[in-house]
Amino acid sequence: MTEFLDALASGGKAALGFQAIFICLLAVGLNMHFGYTGLLNFGQVAFAMLGGFGIGVAVTKWDLPFGVGILVGLGAAVVLALLLGLPTLRLRADYLAIATIAAAEGLRLLFKSGTATPVTNGTQSLSGFSGGFTDLCPWDPTRTFRILGARWDGRDLWVATVGWTIVALCCLLTWLLVRSPWGRVVRSIREDEDAVRALGKNVYAHKMQVLVLGGVIGALGGMINALGTGSLNPDNYQNAYTFLAYAVLILGGAARVLGPVVGAVILLFIVSFTDAALRPLIENGVIPEGLLTVPDVARLRFVLVGILLMALLVFRPQGIFGDRREVMLDAR
Amino acid sequence: MRADSEPAGAHAASAAGVSVDKPSAPAPRRLAQAALRDLPWEVGVAKPDPAIVVDGVTRTFGGLTAVSVDHLEVQRGGITGLIGPNGAGKTTLFNLLTGFDRPDTGTWSFDGRSLGKLAPHQVARLGVVRTFQLTKALSRLTVLQNMLLGAQGQRGEGFFASLVPSLWRAQETANTAKAMDLLQRFKLDAKKDDFAGTLSGGQRKLLEMARALMSDPKVVMLDEPMAGVNPALTQSLLGHVKDLREEGMTVIFVEHDMDVVRDISDWVVVMAAGKVIAEGPPESISQNQAVVDAYLGAHHDAPLTVEEEDRVLAEAEAAIAREQGTDGDVLESGTAREGDPR
Repeated sequence: MTEFLDALASGGKAALGFQAIFICLLAVGLNMHFGYTGLLNFGQVAFAMLGGFGIGVAVTKWDLPFGVGILVGLGAAVVLALLLGLPTLRLRADYLAIATIAAAEGLRLLFKSGTATPVTNGTQSLSGFSGGFTDLCPWDPTRTFRILGARWDGRDLWVATVGWTIVALCCLLTWLLVRSPWGRVVRSIREDEDAVRALGKNVYAHKMQVLVLGGVIGALGGMINALGTGSLNPDNYQNAYTFLAYAVLILGGAARVLGPVVGAVILLFIVSFTDAALRPLIENGVIPEGLLTVPDVARLRFVLVGILLMALLVFRPQGIFGDRREVMLDAR
Repeated sequence: MRADSEPAGAHAASAAGVSVDKPSAPAPRRLAQAALRDLPWEVGVAKPDPAIVVDGVTRTFGGLTAVSVDHLEVQRGGITGLIGPNGAGKTTLFNLLTGFDRPDTGTWSFDGRSLGKLAPHQVARLGVVRTFQLTKALSRLTVLQNMLLGAQGQRGEGFFASLVPSLWRAQETANTAKAMDLLQRFKLDAKKDDFAGTLSGGQRKLLEMARALMSDPKVVMLDEPMAGVNPALTQSLLGHVKDLREEGMTVIFVEHDMDVVRDISDWVVVMAAGKVIAEGPPESISQNQAVVDAYLGAHHDAPLTVEEEDRVLAEAEAAIAREQGTDGDVLESGTAREGDPR
């Protein structure tokens, strides 16, 4: 029983930790891109990587203050969005998908490469950039707190507090935007671009605004990830995170303001809870060694997530928050 | 030569007398019909008050010339029907006029303003809106939201302005009232909160037309507004199109149903194989040999035998050799059609 409670606590901590915030912010950005506007961005993690390295490089290599590092990261995300959008947003949706997936993989390899190592430290990781952030912590960052049965050190708690505040602000921004006439244009673009053009709306400009906005939100997620881990390695920004963010978005419900938030919390909870719950069961012999071993658990939990997603798509294709009528219209 | 003649008073009166379909309403002012009465029935004839002028527009797709229009004028305030067999280039011409496609050569203007370099949304902002052959209802938006999208000059559509509702709320309320008026006219007001994707095909056509009207257009271009619509609804759509003319809008529409075309058009333009082959008032069209040939093929009674086909081909070639210029091309398209049934 205590083991079960420990597993719950461990799941709870993961669901509120910086990784959940990272995935959540990626998904909030993707919700803007894909959920509301229909832009297929398969390289959201590239924006996150630029956000993280923006801080890291500016602070450690260029000796700039932490606040300027944030601006560098956000600026880099804006530039990437413009570079990706300028050639592809006039074309069909597939071209943006190809360009973004290539950019994400290409940028990661570039940041890892020998040429970029003087700036990015390549595979050796960049660290020592988060001092300016930890200094702002209103409590003692080395103290340990107990919250919901889990142990948090003060620094993690500070990252999570700031992270969830950013998530809340981004959700508020999304809510304000999508209920306005701007949001109506954007959702109409998702339905049919040509119809929107024929009604005198500048589709290209709106798509570009969305791409930049979603990219900037993704960059914020990348910064939280960098601050949470305390080090920056291009391999921490594998494109698998983009797809995890899509899973989160579909789980929570696309084109719903809180969909990605709830999705991220649930997904991270399940991944961490199954891990923490299965290990003691195997060690105590409840699950026989021949059926499942401890090293298998790490992989099995993602299998479980996959099964969960499949079941969700069969029984509740709209996700947790979505509107079934709305999703069913697509079948026509 | 091409008469810039003013409409004669007697003609105007008789035109108004012809078409009284709503006894209680004031007699429709078919000014355009009256204005066009005295024009010669020839291709490229100049209109007294053209809203749209097309000059030398060509568009080729590979080796196929989809559109090649030397000169075409569209009378302001009238209903111009654009007809022609499938593949005649009607929709391509629509796309070119509204900026959705770029021609290889040529110029075209609206109210004297060249539309040549404009993107679709810029054309729409000038007051030229179109509908599509395959209806484009925005499925996952409600009917009312579809309507509101059509309104022009919305302050809340800017990124930063959208974050401050007080900037656009009054305008939104006004637009909603206008949208409800239009929905009532089109008998869609009961559906205002339904997703547009749940509407029937005919209702979507109505919605698309109503949505276009939200932008207070000067020119409305309707691409097959009656296609796939049941006869009762067709009558109501026809009524709406006639109302547009009463409100002073210029209407250009593509249609295949000749009864409809005869009923509402002031002027009919016939296209075949990318060219305008005839234009004139609706009653002139069914008498026009070029039009009959374009639609039915020059010989259309029985299947041809091989010998007959050779003979027809030879005749056609001789005819082409005889009549050069535009007429020759018409016959060419006629012979091309003869091969189709086999």
